[in-house]
Amino acid sequence: MDPLSDTIIDIRGLTFSRGSRTIFNNIDIQVPRGKVTAIMGPSGTGKTTLLKLIGGQLKPDAGQILLDGDNIPTLGRSDLFAARERMGMLFQSGALFTDMSVFENVAFPIRVHTDLSVDMIRDVVLMKLQAVGLRGAADLMPSELSGGMARRVALARAIALDPDIVMYDEPFTGQDPIAMGVLVNLIRRLNQALGHTSIVVSHDINETLSIADYVYIVADGRVIAKGSPEELAAVESDQVRQFMQGLPDGPVPFHYPAPDYLQQLLQGSR
Amino acid sequence: MRMRTMEISVGFLMLAGFLALVVLALNVSGLNLSDQGGGYKVYARFDNIGGLTPRAKVAMSGVQIGEVTSIRLDPQMLMAEVEMKIRDDVDFLSTDSSAQILTSGLLGEQYIGITSGAEDEMLKDGDRISDTQSALVLEDLIGKFLFNEVSD
Amino acid sequence: MLDWIQSLGHRGLSRLAAFGRAGRLLVQSLVARPEPVTMFPLLIKQLYFVGVLSLIIIVVSGGFIGMVLGLQGYTILVDYGSEQAVGQMVALSLVRELAPVVTALLFAGRAGSALTAEIGLMKATEQLASFEMIGVDPMRRIIAPRFWAGFISMPILTIIFSVVGVWGGALVAVEWLGIFDGSFWANMQQAVDFRNDVLNGVIKAVVFGFVVTWIAVFEGYDCIPTSQGISQATTRTVVFSSLAILGLDFLLTALMFGEL
Repeated sequence: MDPLSDTIIDIRGLTFSRGSRTIFNNIDIQVPRGKVTAIMGPSGTGKTTLLKLIGGQLKPDAGQILLDGDNIPTLGRSDLFAARERMGMLFQSGALFTDMSVFENVAFPIRVHTDLSVDMIRDVVLMKLQAVGLRGAADLMPSELSGGMARRVALARAIALDPDIVMYDEPFTGQDPIAMGVLVNLIRRLNQALGHTSIVVSHDINETLSIADYVYIVADGRVIAKGSPEELAAVESDQVRQFMQGLPDGPVPFHYPAPDYLQQLLQGSR
Repeated sequence: MRMRTMEISVGFLMLAGFLALVVLALNVSGLNLSDQGGGYKVYARFDNIGGLTPRAKVAMSGVQIGEVTSIRLDPQMLMAEVEMKIRDDVDFLSTDSSAQILTSGLLGEQYIGITSGAEDEMLKDGDRISDTQSALVLEDLIGKFLFNEVSD
Repeated sequence: MLDWIQSLGHRGLSRLAAFGRAGRLLVQSLVARPEPVTMFPLLIKQLYFVGVLSLIIIVVSGGFIGMVLGLQGYTILVDYGSEQAVGQMVALSLVRELAPVVTALLFAGRAGSALTAEIGLMKATEQLASFEMIGVDPMRRIIAPRFWAGFISMPILTIIFSVVGVWGGALVAVEWLGIFDGSFWANMQQAVDFRNDVLNGVIKAVVFGFVVTWIAVFEGYDCIPTSQGISQATTRTVVFSSLAILGLDFLLTALMFGEL
């Protein structure tokens, strides 16, 4: 069965540029419902920008971003905020609110969007913290957490309202192997247990491939490859192979463009 | 608990600000809340008031007993008419008191000095002090001095 | 030469664009539907950080400036035999000029730079974006309470500065230099007018509070979210605030006390 038959997010002809630099040039991406979709690519290809476009924090120059048929960039303010209630986002830095405790951080979105009683909120927060294994850290402040713990708390906050879509921005960057293993496990398990759609933006190949159902590789503003992890392994493109296998030289050259080496040395310093 | 200490200290800040404004009003600018209440009005005409301004003090033997409330030009007499308010407890100014425009220090503020007379009847609200002496104007003084020199 | 004119034009345009963004920030954070229930605890917290924590520097500076004024005023006025007028000199210069201006300058350095750095750091650590994704407008949640706190604190701090300064002046003039305290206070009370001097000073403080907080909040919100960007934004807050305070002070003084 085609995994793209039931899409929750459908991006069509998306073009976005920052200044004179084109970050996305007319790309199409479909995100299947209830699956883990990975968007991969070298650094600086605007993967984080893509998540911000989906979240409506940035507006594209052209193209549509359809969330169940609603075009995000043209939504009014209140509709956009309503759409965001369906999304949870795990930021690269965790982005925990530094002046609130772990408990308050997770409780914050619940307080804002629901009228639950104090006891109910407490139960929901403890459940979410239990899911990420940090129920014991509820009273700590974000400054007292390690990087991996902070990201898990941020994950608990992202799923606090049981969103339909959870977006992960570089969840594995800068984590030690243990924390990384925990996060990989959590993303997979939460996706299965809660049945939401996950979008993982990352350049950590092995970890991402191990949990993704469907993968897009983005480079130079285009989608250069897409498919299941098995399909990608078989792609015969230099660009894809260089990225997937981490080769130092290839279509992305090792050397930054420069004048001829010998000539520059012989010129001396003018 | 931390919220509570914060709220208390913010409350103290507000209170300190309010008290400071009261101090500024009463102590520094001398704003008198009972301005409309105590005091009776007395009038005096002067040929020349010099640099006298409203709110200047009215003193007796150097002790303040009231203040100048308004100054206007009397179009009939072509003299300056000064309205001053004297404190209620100073009820011992005789009707033949004299008013004089004086200067505190060489460059200081000008004020009105009152000297009491010998009459038994006392000044009441709305009365007029007829015996007045104008401000010393330096130019007049010099002019007089020069005139005397020449005429001698 | 043409390059120079081009860069001048470029900088002018980007400044203009920044003014536009600052205006939009002001409208979005202030005109936005107020929510008193969630706003109040946030406001209290910011009043604490912006107002209460600035109190010490305000009191200490006010005291010393008043004392210096008393000392300098005395040595000048004693030559003319008018040393009783030192009270009115201290009070007038404090209430009209020094209290609003110096308080605003200290406020920009103490609270303004902290506001910029805090908001800039929240931007760099994606906390602002996080509020947006949770569906909370950071203008209302982060910017508005900080703005109001600065706006409310400045006049209060200015009034406290004035009073402490006058007391400092009195301490030097009356206690140390031996001016008769009756004439010190009487001269002061006669010269200082509540409406013309005290209230005009407070109006200045309100204007400065508005401008300094606006600059601080905007620079934080508009900064480049890197460590270098935040440090530049903090510097800009102090520099622009100081220039704005001094320029506006001249303008306000001309309007209030000048014969215009």
